[in-house]
Amino acid sequence: MTTMNPGMMREGMSAAQRETAGNVQAKPYINPYLGGILLGIVLFLAFLLTGNGLGASGGLNRLLVVVEDMIAPGHVDKVPYLIDMAGGDKNPLDNWVVFMTIGTIAGGFWGGWRNGRLKIETNKGANISNSTRWIMAFVGGTAMGFGARMARGCTSGQALSGGAVLSVGSWAFMFAVFAGAYGLAYFVRRLWL
Amino acid sequence: MTPFPLPLGQLLGHWQSYIVYMVIGFAFGYVLEISGFGKSTKLAAQFYFKEMTVLKVMFGAIVVAMVSIFLATGLGLLDYNLIWVNPTYLWPGIVGGLIMGVGFIIGGFCPGTSLVSAATGKVDGMFFVLGVFFGIFLFGESVGSFEAFWNSSYMGRFTLMDLFNAETGVIVVGVTVMALMAFFFSELAEKYIGKRDIAQFGRWRFGAAGAAVVVAVVVLFIGQPTNADRWQAMATEQQARLDDRSVYVHPGEVLTLKADPKLTIQLLDIRGETDYNQFHILDALHVPAENILAYAPVMNAAPENTVFFIVSNDETAATEAWKILVAESVPNVYILEGGINNWLATFSEPEFQTTYRLDSVADEILAYGFPAALGSRYPAADPNPDVFNLEYVSKVVLQIKRGPSSGGCG
Repeated sequence: MTTMNPGMMREGMSAAQRETAGNVQAKPYINPYLGGILLGIVLFLAFLLTGNGLGASGGLNRLLVVVEDMIAPGHVDKVPYLIDMAGGDKNPLDNWVVFMTIGTIAGGFWGGWRNGRLKIETNKGANISNSTRWIMAFVGGTAMGFGARMARGCTSGQALSGGAVLSVGSWAFMFAVFAGAYGLAYFVRRLWL
Repeated sequence: MTPFPLPLGQLLGHWQSYIVYMVIGFAFGYVLEISGFGKSTKLAAQFYFKEMTVLKVMFGAIVVAMVSIFLATGLGLLDYNLIWVNPTYLWPGIVGGLIMGVGFIIGGFCPGTSLVSAATGKVDGMFFVLGVFFGIFLFGESVGSFEAFWNSSYMGRFTLMDLFNAETGVIVVGVTVMALMAFFFSELAEKYIGKRDIAQFGRWRFGAAGAAVVVAVVVLFIGQPTNADRWQAMATEQQARLDDRSVYVHPGEVLTLKADPKLTIQLLDIRGETDYNQFHILDALHVPAENILAYAPVMNAAPENTVFFIVSNDETAATEAWKILVAESVPNVYILEGGINNWLATFSEPEFQTTYRLDSVADEILAYGFPAALGSRYPAADPNPDVFNLEYVSKVVLQIKRGPSSGGCG
């Protein structure tokens, strides 16, 4: 089983077999340096073709605003921060980062699918339960979302993109992210180790 | 003209151009996934020095993209002024970064990687994405209470070159060397703390490191185009606009456009301080000619509907400033036809003309002897467009900005 590649697995197997296909050993991840080079090429092409870098949290922000605008349009028109994106007849989806975000989800799915890594699972440290992990993921995500808006960018939009074009703010931001994570890592080691 | 970045909106149409972004996003998500960024435990291991994949991929990508970008700008293929450089809001960036660092180690992802994780079925990734939505929501609801802080320490387009007052190439080499050192120490950590076999990363990585240094040194060696180089590259096409006078705008048109609510009109008065204090047009910003190059990034960051008019006493100085700005890719720059002297001749009253007009002054000298330095408090500084019935040929055509108007997280 383990020597077969996932492509071969998918062909000519029964529904039952397909159910268990998730247990087939997934292909290993690529060499991190190769990953860095490929990501660098993608980032360079983004700047070369569009003048923009990469982004993710902005897309999520705008998707959220669409929902808010549907539920409470009056509210969106009252908060200055939201007006910029969806005030009046502005369409919050009319922005490149929304489409990049959709592409990112599709690309991630494709990568997982082609390499046998599509699987419903929870990755966590050995000492915590799934539900603890989920709660922590939600709490961490909340901090991430809040911080990303505060810093006007996430790891991809600020650190990666701004870092490559040598923005001072982006480098300061990047060191702050690492400092925050390393600073707290010891105290939450039970989550991961 | 530099061919890149492409004017996607013009080439493909507004919504169609988003397809390009979708393709780039696809490649982005794919690379994140195959690098292992969909797996929280792999990301978190970074912060216990066990597996330094996050650092390697991030700094590797930054170095590869950086040397490629500045090689392309150095060769005149890509226009650095037209690519989005995140503006610096120092303290909100640092505080936001610290909060994100905390979120990273608690939640195990950053926003981009959590999308990939959720897309591949990881439940923790899905919860993280929900958390991100909630955090963004909280920010939107609460930012009103700390708006002053959020907009503080704004430094505009501020690069490491500005900070260290160094050539681009020096910074590129410096960042490359720093990244390689970070890789070296990462591997030491992986070997001694993570107990991993670092030979698995392949010998080719030394060659790649060498190649990165070589390209960085090439970037240093060829340098970046100066303002004069940039003008040279576009001189034929832009000189023609000067020769057929299509960029010299009649005072009457300037006055009409100032009253147009759809446009943002910015007059830049490039004369010396004395002349500016004597008389200037209402709302004209004083940017002395010697500072105009340094002011170009601000103009490049202005809203898309902004039209700039360069104002000197006549046209010679304004034309030189115009060349500098056009060479820096500033869109929608025009020159006030005949400068301040012509403006006054057009808009001041006959008595004023006969009393204060000086005879035969040299080029670029203020041709009026003002009784007092009243700046913009003379009537001619703010003429009423309805009073003057002027005939002129309209010349301003709003050009669509080629550069990006917002960053990846806007």
